[in-house]
Amino acid sequence: MALAGAVVAQLFSNQINPYYLDVILKIGWNIILAVSLNLINGYTGQFSLGHAGFMSVGAYTSAWITMQVGPKVLPQGTGIWFHAGPILLFLAALIIGGLAAALAGALVGAPSLRLKGDYLAIVTLGFGEIIRVIVRNIDSLGGSLGLNGIPAYTNLFWVAAVAVICVYVVLAMVHSSYGRGFLAVRDDEVAAEAMGLNTTRYKIVAFVVGAFFAGVAGGLYGHYTLSIDPKGFDFNKSIEIVVMVIVGGMGNTLGVIGAAIVLTLLPEFLRFLADYRMAIYSFLLIVLMLTRPQGLFTWRRRTKPVVSA
Amino acid sequence: MSAPPSSAFLLQLQNCTVRFGGLTCVSDLTMGLGQNELVGLIGPNGAGKTTVFNIITGVYQPTEGAITYAGDSIAGKKPYEITARGIARTFQNIRLFGSLSVFDNVRVAFHLHLEHDVRHSLWRGASFRREEKEIEAQAMEILEIFKLGKFRDAPSKSLPYGDQRRLEIVRALATRPKLLLLDEPAAGMNPTEKVELMSLIRFVEEKYGVSVLLVEHDMQVVMNICRRIIVLEHGVKIAEGPPDQVRADPKVIQAYLGKD
Repeated sequence: MALAGAVVAQLFSNQINPYYLDVILKIGWNIILAVSLNLINGYTGQFSLGHAGFMSVGAYTSAWITMQVGPKVLPQGTGIWFHAGPILLFLAALIIGGLAAALAGALVGAPSLRLKGDYLAIVTLGFGEIIRVIVRNIDSLGGSLGLNGIPAYTNLFWVAAVAVICVYVVLAMVHSSYGRGFLAVRDDEVAAEAMGLNTTRYKIVAFVVGAFFAGVAGGLYGHYTLSIDPKGFDFNKSIEIVVMVIVGGMGNTLGVIGAAIVLTLLPEFLRFLADYRMAIYSFLLIVLMLTRPQGLFTWRRRTKPVVSA
Repeated sequence: MSAPPSSAFLLQLQNCTVRFGGLTCVSDLTMGLGQNELVGLIGPNGAGKTTVFNIITGVYQPTEGAITYAGDSIAGKKPYEITARGIARTFQNIRLFGSLSVFDNVRVAFHLHLEHDVRHSLWRGASFRREEKEIEAQAMEILEIFKLGKFRDAPSKSLPYGDQRRLEIVRALATRPKLLLLDEPAAGMNPTEKVELMSLIRFVEEKYGVSVLLVEHDMQVVMNICRRIIVLEHGVKIAEGPPDQVRADPKVIQAYLGKD
């Protein structure tokens, strides 16, 4: 049903003001990034600052596929394959980009899972920077100039569809007896282990799934901006996503979606402030954290103590 | 004094020593626990009781010695592997999944007996839904047995202290253990709660047919419900036997009250 909605949205997208479309797409992949990071940071409680790194792995991998492999395999002329070819190619590129990012997630996840809290954050931060530096020094990926001339495959349909799938996967995973284990690992790792949960496995699954969607979001981003460079996936980008998760409320998918929307729109609404825009944006974030530390969209649950009978 | 090694024991520690650097926490400990037995492990502060728990459950490895459970060596196994073999535990300082509901705390403990995994939770087929229903029914059943059903949706950290202790025992039972290790379950309880706890432990032992190893400071609790007591002091076993015998043992009296 949601996919049908996405198709309808795509039909009308030609009539949307390009600026609005730009903002809507930005909201779309920010939702994907924030919801997938929420699986790692929010539900499983593993503080990761490497999401932009996973995103860049996906962006570069998928862009490389559509640019290098694409011209060799895409059919020429007319006919059904002429139209379906690019779609299938893009789909394959997104999935392979996601898988490459997932592999990176497993590589970072496995050794760093002995670390907790701040230490894990530093390792993932380092990972993101390493990826950036490696990419900058690979000539076939354009070095610090980045890749230019990526085919424009991303549209509203793709972004909406991936966002819907991402939200579904994260919610479905967490809302099951198996998936409650992610929350158990977050609440108390020692107790989770004592209840028979393989906590290492849970953490790796969270990293792999989270990184996969970050990689797909990177692919969508690259095929919309048509040019990617290492600077676009730096530490600031990771922080931006972490902020969305924290503002939305750790482990609250709907809240995180809301935060992704609000925090993408906010800088747009603040454009009239010109040079002071980002200063005011940061100021608003501080106010937000002081007034609603539990997250903008986390409503107070029943936390009053239960009276024992 | 040390019990002779016997294959009749469900859990058997043989000459176990645990050292942290130069500090010996447990020294050459040999003890066993039979099927359907309720054994108390007591000793003054720092005697090494919790360390014994931690080597049985795989949190620490014994420096020397062997631990066998149901005939297999379990030393060096991971905590979750040991739980999977049928040893469940509670913690001295309560370790519930605080933000999860009472129901979810128990539901997580059914994890070992799940047939579905992450793929099934994405597909949500008929067998997945059936299993989720079954788990829900079983979790509710066990919560009702222990009179925690009314707290079902409350976050576990909001429960009164005694109920949190009870929930921890319920959660451990949900892993379907054959051996239950209780680490100071009476800590911080008032006399009424202690009496309730004693009947609870007896009830668990009878209804679920589990063996229980109980670490406890509270003499009243231990003397009342255990048929056999092991006394540790500075990591060394100084006495073992039925409550009356242990109570009269001069070494035990000296360990607790000192020499005149």
